[in-house]
Amino acid sequence: MSAKYSNPEVSASPHVRAKLSTSHIMQLVVLALIPSGCYGVYHFGINALFHILITVAACVASEFLFTHFMHKPLTVTDGSAVVTGLLLAYCLPVAAPLWMGAVGGVFAIIVVKQLFGGLGHNFMNPALAARCFLLLSFPKLMTDYTYGLYDSISSATPLQLLKESGDLGDISVRDMVFGNIGGTIGETCTIAILLGALILLMFNIIDIKIPAIILATFSVCIMLFNYLLGTHDFNIYYLSAQLSGGGLMLGAWFMATDYVTRPVNTKGQVIYAVLIGMLIAVFRWFGNNAEGASFAIIFANLLTPLLERLPVRKAFGTGGKQA
Amino acid sequence: MLKGTFFGGIHPFDGKEMSKNKPIVDYVPKGDMVYPLQQHLGAPAVPVVGKGDYVRHGQLIAEAGGFVSAPVYAACSGFVKTIEPHLTVSGDMVESIIIENDGKFAPLEQKKTEKQDTALTPQLILERIREAGVVGMGGAGFPTHVKLAPKNPEQIDYIIVNCSECEPYLTSDYRRMIENPEMIIEGLEYILAIFPHAKGIIAVEDNKADAAVKLEKLCINKPAISVSLLKTKYPQGSERQLIYACTGRKINSSMLPADGGCIVQNTDTVCAVRDAVAEEKPLMYRIVTVTGDAVKNPVNFRVPIGTSYAELAKEAGGFVKEPAQIISGGPLMGISLFDIDVPVIKTSSALLCLTENDVRQHRQTACINCGRCADACPEQLMPMRLLRAVAAADRDTFLKLYGMECIECGACSYICPAKQPLTHSFRTMRRNIMAEKKRGGEK
Repeated sequence: MSAKYSNPEVSASPHVRAKLSTSHIMQLVVLALIPSGCYGVYHFGINALFHILITVAACVASEFLFTHFMHKPLTVTDGSAVVTGLLLAYCLPVAAPLWMGAVGGVFAIIVVKQLFGGLGHNFMNPALAARCFLLLSFPKLMTDYTYGLYDSISSATPLQLLKESGDLGDISVRDMVFGNIGGTIGETCTIAILLGALILLMFNIIDIKIPAIILATFSVCIMLFNYLLGTHDFNIYYLSAQLSGGGLMLGAWFMATDYVTRPVNTKGQVIYAVLIGMLIAVFRWFGNNAEGASFAIIFANLLTPLLERLPVRKAFGTGGKQA
Repeated sequence: MLKGTFFGGIHPFDGKEMSKNKPIVDYVPKGDMVYPLQQHLGAPAVPVVGKGDYVRHGQLIAEAGGFVSAPVYAACSGFVKTIEPHLTVSGDMVESIIIENDGKFAPLEQKKTEKQDTALTPQLILERIREAGVVGMGGAGFPTHVKLAPKNPEQIDYIIVNCSECEPYLTSDYRRMIENPEMIIEGLEYILAIFPHAKGIIAVEDNKADAAVKLEKLCINKPAISVSLLKTKYPQGSERQLIYACTGRKINSSMLPADGGCIVQNTDTVCAVRDAVAEEKPLMYRIVTVTGDAVKNPVNFRVPIGTSYAELAKEAGGFVKEPAQIISGGPLMGISLFDIDVPVIKTSSALLCLTENDVRQHRQTACINCGRCADACPEQLMPMRLLRAVAAADRDTFLKLYGMECIECGACSYICPAKQPLTHSFRTMRRNIMAEKKRGGEK
């Protein structure tokens, strides 16, 4: 009587799943990072491409070898190592020796990510942690912003100039927005980063909340510092230079939004983003370094477990007024 | 007009195209009919016929086993073959009356038709519903006469007919609305007669706007009934979400909808109420959608309860391709079947045969804390953290994170990019906690 069929497989409901998977998300992040990378190679030359390739290769290889030799499930296909590699490469100055990315990549994947349990368990952004590790270990090499194959161009970044002399010299804000300045491979071109951010927003990969709050808080703080301690005026020119210089944009859009290391609750996210914005301003104004985004973000990463302990939102229909 | 909606939710592929334009076809069963004694929530029904008895179409074969229970009627005629455990949709072996269908559908000798001028008092309406064995036909199977008898009937403000049909692929309610809208309204009017202050709301998702227009036309001169158009989103048909979308009232797990002054009834249930009250017809038929890309001719059947799913699949033209997944009900809350030779019961809404097993297609990866599950959760829970609590068998945290508010709709599992078994973990944990409470282990 029964119609012809043989052993359909059973599953627990729901029996359908959305198409978007973890690796799709990673692929979209890679896509969003491509504009910045392309500009980096165009602006800094072929060496930038070598940096990117070596760093990504180091990350992917470390992920593969670690999981292989530790007899863990192979997770290299999820694409998260590629994202880490790209982000780390974008944080390197083009003048750094080529082994730098490899060292950083191994550190990012093995020490920061895999030793803590792999994807989803790392307590800080692997790329940023590796960048800070390199910055502290090789401060000279990591802050050598010389570029240009034949004649080296100005070694100071706009932020360094701004900090030392209070003005940008012959660099225009237009140069900064379009990325025609010194800096690390992926951070200089604000337009390219925003294009990537647009891709992330369009595909619903990130929420605008965290980057928007970071940028707003940072703007308010840096203007306040400038007004109280610096030139005593509200200088839009100064603000736009601050916004488009350094790792702020790359950090706010691509690193602070990293799912694993940002709080998942809205309350936590707001505090987290405000904290990052304030810390970047403090580090840039008071710190030794003209930079500060990386340290601010990994510091906030460390607070994430604490922020996630904030009371959870009330379930639908519980608490408050009913019926 | 502002369309009602709720927090969270998902938009899965809806697949209703396959069967939404197929008119309801009466299916005449050929094989044996199986009547499980447990087709509803509450006490199982008690057989009143024995092996070898001749049973007629419309005859009571099992009476209610208590107040929260419902009688069962035969929708065919023939000799009772046996009363023994039979496999049901849920995968359980349930004591069932099996009737050897002789294909004659010999009717019961007509009841002496009393004068129909006895006024329909609320008691009489409830009595007829109870006698007809009407239960919630949307899935839960809660006896309707119990649901319609809350402590304070005068405090009920709204009777909501759930015509949202938010589960993908299902079109049985839609066909009802298109073909018998007057039945829905009539049934709703009988229910409203039980409650002195209640207003009727027929809630329809906006992807079925044509049906809503039909219903609206019919209630032009009925001030007590209105049609509410809701945004199409899963799980709009969930009781709490539906009540919120229609009235703005919030119900939680410690309340009954009646505590919020609302009672929700499924479309087919309301039609069954209409038949029970107006014609004293017991619940013997229901609409079943047979669909899915594995089915040759997707169709909506009016099926005598007790018919085997296998017969329905055959009648729908059989399979174009071997199904990899067979589901009773919708793809989000339905039950996966390992054997298709199970009977249609009062709560069966669809037989869904898919050529691909979606769950098997995806590889599970680690949770990356993306938060999509929390955005999708209509109960505003934090599924990723509940999952961690379940993994750690941490019952206190599970409760603190409102785990018992979960309605097991499946939105979190659906949306999860890491394909984590969220809903299923919560279901297991909730079952354990509820079982323990029942045993009196902890209060």
